[in-house]
Amino acid sequence: MTLLVRLRPVAFIAVLLVAWHIAAARQAVHLLPGPIAVAFGLVELAQRGLLVKYVVASLFRVTWGFMSAAIIAIPAGLAIGWYRRAEMSLNPLIQIFRPISPLAWIPISILWFGVGDVAAIFLIFLASLLPLTLTAINAVESIPTVYINAGRNFGLSPASLVYRVLYPAVIPQLIIGLRITLGIAWLVVVAAEMIAVNSGLGFLIVDARNAGNRYDLVVAGMVLIGVIGLLLDTGMRSLEGIRSLRWGYSED
Amino acid sequence: MAQAFKTKLRAEGISMVFKRDGNSTSVLDNISLDVGDGEFLCLLGPSGCGKSTLLNTMAGFLSPTGGEVRIDGEVVTGPDPRRIFVFQERGVFPWLTVEGNIGFGLFKLSRGERERRIAHYIKLVGLQGFEKAYPQELSGGMKQRLEVARALAVNPDTLYLDEPFGALDSITRLIMRGELLRIWEAERKTIIFVTHDIEEAVQLADRVVVMSARPARIQQIVEIDIPHPRDISSPRYLELRDGIFEQIGLAHKI
Repeated sequence: MTLLVRLRPVAFIAVLLVAWHIAAARQAVHLLPGPIAVAFGLVELAQRGLLVKYVVASLFRVTWGFMSAAIIAIPAGLAIGWYRRAEMSLNPLIQIFRPISPLAWIPISILWFGVGDVAAIFLIFLASLLPLTLTAINAVESIPTVYINAGRNFGLSPASLVYRVLYPAVIPQLIIGLRITLGIAWLVVVAAEMIAVNSGLGFLIVDARNAGNRYDLVVAGMVLIGVIGLLLDTGMRSLEGIRSLRWGYSED
Repeated sequence: MAQAFKTKLRAEGISMVFKRDGNSTSVLDNISLDVGDGEFLCLLGPSGCGKSTLLNTMAGFLSPTGGEVRIDGEVVTGPDPRRIFVFQERGVFPWLTVEGNIGFGLFKLSRGERERRIAHYIKLVGLQGFEKAYPQELSGGMKQRLEVARALAVNPDTLYLDEPFGALDSITRLIMRGELLRIWEAERKTIIFVTHDIEEAVQLADRVVVMSARPARIQQIVEIDIPHPRDISSPRYLELRDGIFEQIGLAHKI
């Protein structure tokens, strides 16, 4: 029974693949390659050694951009949330930067760092910085006062108050913010790679089109992006399952 | 009370004015009060009268705009582990197990001593078998007992309880009152208990401090001279209870 339930999404995808195959085979004009062509595209990429190379290149950029943003944004956001005063003076600045798409920074990023990894990493860093900062600010501000008062009541030093009350209290919200932001970072890396570098999955898509309209490889790149995005999200989600962290997700 | 009255806490001329948007609201007006060592005192008043504010100034979470609170002769300037506040909302930490919560304030003790105390207080409040449970797996009454145990574990000499049983159903509330009295008789802490429930105050307290509506003043202090366990249908109980009902200006007929 549970096996059937588990197989349901797989069966659904199989049906879609068949429908895609039939539609692609019957099309009069060539609008989309079929699933078999895409599968051969993936095999070709693997054989040429590009599959692993490009996936690793994209993940490398996301990791560095995302991690460096997290290292800066989380402590900064926690501090800003803690000292509400600072938040008030920073808030207009954050609100101005927020609607600027990270992609608008591509020219400036290339101007500063040239075409290459650093420019792409910088874009991912920018894309992750604000969402993570805002998550951390909100997380601190929404800590119930009773927790902080209880911590103070038991005579905690400021450092242990941060470690034993502030940190566990914000963790569930931070994990959600990290998960959403990693999704954003993964979207941005593809766009950044289309312009700022010459490797990675975004580059693969643009390159496959420019070098002879290889739409089978374009769609293969899209499939890879989707699958890896799903894996990243699943990885972040698994953090939410940790028992001592789960308190923030269950309805009381 | 028959025993000698040794002052634990002295509030002298406490006033509290909150300023907000240019308006100032007087919440506490010149409150002076002595609380005896080991006494069970209830602060009783209508909702929103400022009794929680008074309790928060006694605990050091709020600084009064006038007057001062002294405990054992020392002016209170902030919270202190010697006096623990049990919160109206549930103050147990949801990220810690029952054991973790009770051990929260015991970080200065050795591991063995900490474990001994945790076991002792788990037993005292009847949470055996739930050592590894997280608060969301507990009922409201169990969470409230957990919070009391966490407070008692650091061996404070004063407990502040801010309507601790307000969110519980009436049966659990009655059981919890009995539990609290049992614990109080075993540990002889000074307890300052805020409530808006007249029956609760008369059942629990040595003295009931009846407070007026805002700005809160002390209207009357009623000594409850009935030994525990109290017979809540005895003439003396009814007399004291009815006296407070009248004091607050309520006829108790529905």
